[in-house]
Amino acid sequence: MKIKALLAASVAGVMFAGSVLAGTLDDVRARGKLNCIINTGLAGFAAPDDKGNWQGFDVDFCKAVAAAVLGDANKVSYTTATGKTRFTKLAAGEGEILSRNTTWTFSRDVDLAQTFIGVNYYDGQGFMVPKKLGVKSAKELDGASVCIQTGTTTELNLAEFFAGNNMKYNPVPIETNAEAQELYKAGRCDVYTTDASGLYATKMSFDNPEAHVVLPEIVSKEPLGPVVRHGDDQWADIVSWVLRAMMSAEEKGITSKNVKKLAAQDNKDKEINRLLGKDPLQGLSKLGLSADWAVNVISQVGNYAESFERNLYPLTIVRGMNALYKDGGLHYIPPIK
Amino acid sequence: MLNLLKIWRNEKSREIIVQIIVLIIFGWFISWLVGNVSGNFERLGKDLSFEFLFIPAGYDINQYLISYNNRDSHLRAAIVGLLNTGLVAICGIVIATIFGLFLGVLRLSKNWLANRIAYWYVEFTRNVPILLHILLWHGIIINTLPHPKQAIDIFDVSYLTNRGFYIPKPIAESGIELFYLFTVIAIIFAVLFSRYSKKRQELTGKQFPVFWINLMVIIVFPCIALAFNNFPISFSIPELKGFNFRGGLHLSPELIALTFALAIYTAAFIAEIVRAGILAIHKGQREAAESIGLKPDKVMNLVILPQARRVIIPPLTSQYLNLTKNSSLAIAIGYMDLVATLGGISLNQTGREMETMVLVLLIYLCISLSISSLMNWYNYRVKLVDR
Repeated sequence: MKIKALLAASVAGVMFAGSVLAGTLDDVRARGKLNCIINTGLAGFAAPDDKGNWQGFDVDFCKAVAAAVLGDANKVSYTTATGKTRFTKLAAGEGEILSRNTTWTFSRDVDLAQTFIGVNYYDGQGFMVPKKLGVKSAKELDGASVCIQTGTTTELNLAEFFAGNNMKYNPVPIETNAEAQELYKAGRCDVYTTDASGLYATKMSFDNPEAHVVLPEIVSKEPLGPVVRHGDDQWADIVSWVLRAMMSAEEKGITSKNVKKLAAQDNKDKEINRLLGKDPLQGLSKLGLSADWAVNVISQVGNYAESFERNLYPLTIVRGMNALYKDGGLHYIPPIK
Repeated sequence: MLNLLKIWRNEKSREIIVQIIVLIIFGWFISWLVGNVSGNFERLGKDLSFEFLFIPAGYDINQYLISYNNRDSHLRAAIVGLLNTGLVAICGIVIATIFGLFLGVLRLSKNWLANRIAYWYVEFTRNVPILLHILLWHGIIINTLPHPKQAIDIFDVSYLTNRGFYIPKPIAESGIELFYLFTVIAIIFAVLFSRYSKKRQELTGKQFPVFWINLMVIIVFPCIALAFNNFPISFSIPELKGFNFRGGLHLSPELIALTFALAIYTAAFIAEIVRAGILAIHKGQREAAESIGLKPDKVMNLVILPQARRVIIPPLTSQYLNLTKNSSLAIAIGYMDLVATLGGISLNQTGREMETMVLVLLIYLCISLSISSLMNWYNYRVKLVDR
């Protein structure tokens, strides 16, 4: 019996020892595949299509990094994680990127030894209720039962919102989005709360989306973004500049349709030239990327707007805060110089 | 060389050598494990710290046996979870034992129908994974019972809904102290009385109807105390206000589903253990007891069960341990037990997975060790005494 316990412990030990730090880029190249940690299933962000291929906004980002690093957006293997297991999986080396609508907070960044490489979606926690309840505002929810998807910052925001408004509630914490939806549909709760993007995704997956309404109150700031491990700055730089390249492409009007043409010609806007490898981009070799990295990303995955429209427009999500700064949104991209 | 061979050939010294080698390997393995973990922690830039236990947890828990709000510490949240685990485990063990004993006896009944019902119950229940039992009961409650606004009303004081069962909650008012005092006195009386009557029976052979007398005393005595102080108990009746019922005692669907599922699943195993225990007693014992004119219930209570107990208790202990540990499946339906609080939300909020998991492991170990030492003590008391 003791031996069995020892064996189990040693297996756990070896798995824990499997984490790798420096040289992430080399590992990915040697493997020929990028390991990406995504959501277990959230329409629009990461969900399998009818052929079983993962699709979504967060999945697109994994593909974009694979395109930049390996030249092929399809060389990604996906690992799913719940809100609870995601950081452990990333720390244990099960993936090089955590692309799973993860809120950037101080303690996650500092205490958990992770690097948030930027924000790809500005979100906030909201509430969804059945229309027939006749609730118009989250401030009318005193005494309600609230289904929560655990493992996020959601519980804390919820506790603060209800306490701040002197209201009581009955929390029903659920591990995954799918199970939480079932409980909400069965009427175990009056309210379902998670990030607003998740609410829209959930709502659209219902048989009758119009019977539910997302309340206007957004009770928290949830800047979502991809995460990598501390300790490999080269890899963190690669991942963050892939995100900026996608946004920059939108800003400069580069799309998957015209990228090949723009890359072949000399453009008046020299930033386009630098991004697409026509003019030299100083320091690119330090990242270990080839000159056509951004061309691969944009031609195979598209720019930020294309990914957003393809995945999130069907959920009736609008650009809002997620528009570029010049369109009144929050995305302001450092120059590619 | 010859000497070494001699030592190896000597059975006693060989035993010692083998044990030393095993101990060295084990020690090396433990140090490697610790070194590996601490090395990895260092590489990841993490430290091992339990300070998080004392910062405010920040989240709410829907069922607490001690007062709790979201400004309390993670430690208190863990204790709330631990008590919730304890509640489910104790209720589950009590129900499973009573139900299992009943089924086990039914299974041995000569009545064909009763026997078959028990047989099919046992076979069906124990061959379905416990997780499915839990999800099934939870699903039944939340999908078949009505919404609070259409609650099933029981005499306007209790309500069944898919948010749980709401029943009146007794609230003590001033003057209740006499009731507590009388209850304690009644229990002390009952213990002393049963001791006295046992001694009397041994000396004179005369019997009292001990059970009925004690039952009377325990019920009537406290009632007198209540009447004396003009019934100092009021009831908080659940009332529909807004979204949910308020007031009264709320039994959540998660609590009910989990307790029920654990109890009826474990009862199937207990039934088989009870059956095995009874069958292990030689039929000569029964025949001998019957031949001296004991009634069937006396045969069971005085001859068969005391002997069967010795066979039953060790495997029963395992079932109690299983039930307690299975209660951690609570996480599947969102019951806030130890795993869901300390090993769930606290883990998430603080990111201290190593620390929380070690704590959860140790706590489960302590619970299991206490259950098994309690059962071992009981086993020791009922074991066969050689005369």
